Amino acid sequence: MNINGVTIEDTFAEAFGMTATRVVITANSADWARNAAVSMTGFATSVIACGCEAGIERMLAPEETPDGRPGVSVLIFAMSTKDLQKQLRDRVGQCVLTAAGSACFAGLEGGETLKLGAMLRYFGDGFQIAKKFGGRRYWRIPVMDGEFVCEDTVGTANGVGGGNFLVLAASRAAALAATERAVAAMRQVPNIILPFPGGMVRSGSKIGSKYKGLIASTNDAYCPTLKGQTATALPPEVESVLEVVIDGLTAEDIRAAMRAGIRAACEPGAAGGVLRISAGNYGGKLGKFLFPLRELLA
Amino acid sequence: MTGALTLALREPLRQRLDLSPLLPERLAGLDATAIAAIELTSGNRRIAVGDLFAVSGDNAAELVIRNAGSTALDFVGRGMSTGRITVEGNAGAYLGLGLMGGHIHVRGDAGPFAGADMRRGVIEIDGGAGDFAGGALPGEMRGMSGGLLIVRGDAGDRAGDRMRRGLLVIEGSVGAYAGSRMIAGTVVALGGAVGPYPGFGMRRGSLILAQAPQRLLPTFADGGRHELGFLRLLPRALGGRSTHVAEFVARSLRMRRFTGDAAAGGKGEILIQEA
Repeated sequence: MNINGVTIEDTFAEAFGMTATRVVITANSADWARNAAVSMTGFATSVIACGCEAGIERMLAPEETPDGRPGVSVLIFAMSTKDLQKQLRDRVGQCVLTAAGSACFAGLEGGETLKLGAMLRYFGDGFQIAKKFGGRRYWRIPVMDGEFVCEDTVGTANGVGGGNFLVLAASRAAALAATERAVAAMRQVPNIILPFPGGMVRSGSKIGSKYKGLIASTNDAYCPTLKGQTATALPPEVESVLEVVIDGLTAEDIRAAMRAGIRAACEPGAAGGVLRISAGNYGGKLGKFLFPLRELLA
Repeated sequence: MTGALTLALREPLRQRLDLSPLLPERLAGLDATAIAAIELTSGNRRIAVGDLFAVSGDNAAELVIRNAGSTALDFVGRGMSTGRITVEGNAGAYLGLGLMGGHIHVRGDAGPFAGADMRRGVIEIDGGAGDFAGGALPGEMRGMSGGLLIVRGDAGDRAGDRMRRGLLVIEGSVGAYAGSRMIAGTVVALGGAVGPYPGFGMRRGSLILAQAPQRLLPTFADGGRHELGFLRLLPRALGGRSTHVAEFVARSLRMRRFTGDAAAGGKGEILIQEA
């Protein structure tokens, strides 16, 4: 199978079940909502060391938000509801509560309930006020620029983390350009985030290491500079590989994102230096979700 | 016969009438004969529905009561949990007392204690309401504890007395002691006049006023002027049921905030919109 001369390898991406939630951050302007969201989703690329994976899903117009101000929708994924609760508390508490003029609302209902304002209210030191409007409970927490308005709780969903594909290209520039196209296309897909910097990751990992105690190390089979030194997975003409990792609320959301991303990455074609599309997996033994590339694009 | 179950009063009443047996959930599945046989209490007498009302339609989930100009129909929708009651004309006292759910719409005025002790559901009164709207019955420890009560006209004294939770919107003026002894919840009064001493004995809760009251209790402390963002959540909570609230919020979020009643803990607030 190939698209524009780009070979789609007969392999699959392997993904895992995660617990997910969504919060809506609003502020006086889109910039200030983004400031809070960027801070809140910082250092949240991989659960391996960050505790969660988080990202901006999309910007929201004033008419889409609960308080009619410009907003940002943020998705957060963790390995358990307990982990997610801790991350949510810490990140909203340190990055949204602190952001000038912000307010924070639930973006998801159903599933297990996570405490949002229900925990942060204690910052109000007894001066916080609960307001129940239209069946929803909000907290008004006094802060130095006025009040921080925060919804009491937020729901969760059984999300999927670790959907991915690899762009194999003839040069580093070609890999970057093609993957940038993929990221731009995928950012239009709802219910997903791309947790890595700029939506892509260059340091794909394998499980284990020659060093004791290191649970993951560089994926040498896909490192172009190790050709000849290791059992490489790369054809001779591939000089650079970039990976896109996708977390989504459902497997179908990940499929939609992968489809859009791979098609966009293949647009430059073989002539543009894009040679192959592959995916990362663990032999299908570890993950609950498998996404065969050729089936996806058929 | 199809359509909303309609009870049309044949002539104005000379005595007050307790309509509490006429709830959509209790009338469901009954035919016109069975409904006409239901006995209502009027003073010390029992009168069959059929003797007072013409019964038509069969959809009890949409009960319509035509009142023939009477103001004596008390306890409309008492303890109702589902369905919809429309009163064409005025309702008497205790409209929606202890409401548990569903929707009551009065196209005229309501008497005293409208929405008293309501817990859930929605009551809309197109006209005015008497004293103690959303309040507590005499001797009861709490008034309205949830749901939404909208009075499009004026309300009498002590609206929201001992209110525990929920949202009471009065688009017109309110009488004296609005939000008296409030435990929590939100009262919004948008009319041109607010009677004296709102928030008397309030412990918590918010009284949101478009105009300054005639007199404010000395036990309220002036906390200055603020832009309060939580007010933006009000119009959506009303589900588009009050354009007046939407206009009020759109006009300004700047409020002068008074906290009190210091004689009762002082954690309540009166917010008065700044011009």
